[in-house]
Amino acid sequence: MLPPCGGNGERLDRRTVLKAAVGLGLGATLCRVDVLAAEDDKTARPRKGDRFVFAYGERGGQVIALEDLPLGGPQQLAFPMDPVTKVIRDGSLLNQVALIRLDPAQLSADTRTEAAGGVVAYSAVCTHEGCPISMWHKDSKTLFCACHASRFDPADRARVVDGPAPRRLPMLPLGPIDRGIVAAGGFTGRVGRQTT
Amino acid sequence: MRMARKLVIVVAVLAIIVVPMLADAQRMGYRPVTDQRLAEPEPANWLMTRGNYQGWSYSPLDQINTYNVKKLAPVWAFSTGVDSGHQAPLLVNNGIMFVATPYNQVVALEAKTGKLLWRYKKEMPEGLSVLHNTSRGVALYGDKVYLATHDCVLVALDATTGKVAWERKVEDWKTGYYMTLAPLVAKGKVMVGVSGGEFGVRGFVAAFDANSGQPTWKTYTVPAPGEKGSETWTGDTWKKGGGSVWITGTYDPALNLTYWGTGNASPWFGDQRPGDNLYTSSTVAINPDTGKLAAHFQYQWNESWDWDEPDAPIVADFTKDGRTVKGLIKPARNGYLYRLERSADKISFVSATPYVKQNVFKSIDPTTGRPTYNEDRIPRTGKRADFCPSLWGGKDWPFAAYNPKTAMLYIPANDNHCGYMEGKVQKYEAGKWWTGVDIPDIGFAVDKTARHFGEVQAWDVSGNKRVWSHLFPDSMNWGPVMTTGGGLVFNGGTNDRYFRAFDASTGEVLWQFRTNSGITAPPVSFAVDGVQYIGVASGWGVDPAFQQGLLSDLLGWPKDVPQGGVVWVFAVAQ
Repeated sequence: MLPPCGGNGERLDRRTVLKAAVGLGLGATLCRVDVLAAEDDKTARPRKGDRFVFAYGERGGQVIALEDLPLGGPQQLAFPMDPVTKVIRDGSLLNQVALIRLDPAQLSADTRTEAAGGVVAYSAVCTHEGCPISMWHKDSKTLFCACHASRFDPADRARVVDGPAPRRLPMLPLGPIDRGIVAAGGFTGRVGRQTT
Repeated sequence: MRMARKLVIVVAVLAIIVVPMLADAQRMGYRPVTDQRLAEPEPANWLMTRGNYQGWSYSPLDQINTYNVKKLAPVWAFSTGVDSGHQAPLLVNNGIMFVATPYNQVVALEAKTGKLLWRYKKEMPEGLSVLHNTSRGVALYGDKVYLATHDCVLVALDATTGKVAWERKVEDWKTGYYMTLAPLVAKGKVMVGVSGGEFGVRGFVAAFDANSGQPTWKTYTVPAPGEKGSETWTGDTWKKGGGSVWITGTYDPALNLTYWGTGNASPWFGDQRPGDNLYTSSTVAINPDTGKLAAHFQYQWNESWDWDEPDAPIVADFTKDGRTVKGLIKPARNGYLYRLERSADKISFVSATPYVKQNVFKSIDPTTGRPTYNEDRIPRTGKRADFCPSLWGGKDWPFAAYNPKTAMLYIPANDNHCGYMEGKVQKYEAGKWWTGVDIPDIGFAVDKTARHFGEVQAWDVSGNKRVWSHLFPDSMNWGPVMTTGGGLVFNGGTNDRYFRAFDASTGEVLWQFRTNSGITAPPVSFAVDGVQYIGVASGWGVDPAFQQGLLSDLLGWPKDVPQGGVVWVFAVAQ
């Protein structure tokens, strides 16, 4: 018997291919491959079916439910989580997501198509310098970058309202809310800063 | 085959572009920087951040003077290729100029012509973002150039090639530490301090062997239990106590003491960390050989206004009551101009005089310099307080300058602005904002009836009185000052992008030139082949840009001060 190294053997993904490649090698080797694969899952960008967990704080790692999001903001920082393996994709800060719950009637038409029950999800990495969009500007009801004060309108596909950010935050489409808050796909654009 | 062809092409391109660059640098015969040269820098060179160890930001050169400065004209310009706040001086060593840019690039240029010799780009780890993406310069020593990076690495570069000689991790950036200061080098040690006071770091100064990069000592600015000063902290608050060190220290070779400014305590609201909180918002004296903290002076105990005091004091003597005082001079962020006395084991208080409006201090003890506070002006957890000046202070980090010929101090000051805050308890998460207040909730206000906001002030240090002021009615002043033996004061710092020369004695504007962007870098002066030059990097960004946005809302000032860095070098037109 090979040592149990976690993972899901039924998924024919990169992990399975790597296992096949090492063939009947030592269990320790397979275990290492599996660890590497887990690392891949931790750093992989969010994908369809992912759920969301609190990124930080006392509830860090717990799944975020609709009731955890106050109507009208502020946003909640989250990391995606593989729904099967439960691997939290916190291996890359570029995976930080801002979840916010708004009145569906206030969402622009093309925001509403990617929202679920008024909940919208955006990359929480500023398109200016890559800082976390961790703050909330109460007066303007906008997402606020903690480094250089860029502001984004969560009701309008994170349009840049103010500050040096050169473009909107990529959106993360959400699936029907009756299954909880679930990603319906990957980010709609490139995550992070504009230039290097 | 295709790979081989590519390789050939790459090698050919490198041979065409890089080899001649290196040859240029080497042909110029790089002159190693020694302790002796740093202690007594030649007037033709600008070898360290503020020109000399004493932090005077003074050039003895006098070829450019009050009579001919009106003929000052650009000789060359160089686009750095990056945006954001350019805050580094142009170091010059025997005709070679070294420029640090935001995002931790270093550029070497021929100082006379602006020809590019080499460029270094620090590769940053994925996920790194810093509050201040600037660099305040490099340090020169031996045949190396030293850079302190945002991911908290000390990098030594070969001065003639720009190649990495060694790298040394200083701290873990994921816990909120980063570095923006220029290193200080003395007696074979490269000293750096850390930023991160908004993320609950515990500040320190650390030294590394200049040749090998081996760590030598590390001195925390917040003492651990049992250490002297630890009695000023309560419980475990010291562990995340702040006191970052984000500006280069000054140095008195005679006393063999370096002087460093320390930042705010963490979190920002003093009631969350009862006690004086040594050595935050202080000047500390550290022996460069041992790292021993020999003396300190704290400007505000139990700091609660985000008044960092990172700017190291100027080491200069003055007279008081007929006695020569071995002095330390510091226009503090709290709005007072301090004169202190330095000795081997003490920093003694001499005087503190307001240079901008300040409404927090009720009094200052004439013996110790310890202030008493107006309780109504102290923001607390759950209690808002309004206070002046705002958290950006009477002077933020931009350097003042001291001219030994006029015996005057030149301060880039900001007046007639105030702040307000109310604290809350924030749960600490390593590497996350942890001040007790989110940025959108930090209040900023101005006196809309005021005649000015930014200014340049000239003070007679011995007389402790203001001699002249130049007022800016439509801008703050974010520009470090440089003064010269030619009787001039150079300063940018305004949102109109001007670079100005003042008469050091009278404050009259003798020359001005509109650059590409706003100037927040220290001006320098140097000479090559007997010709004096004035140099400065122009590039607006970081706090000045953020503050300009607020002022646009409050006063209707233009929000758009263009960004993008350019190095400018000027000389008198023949």
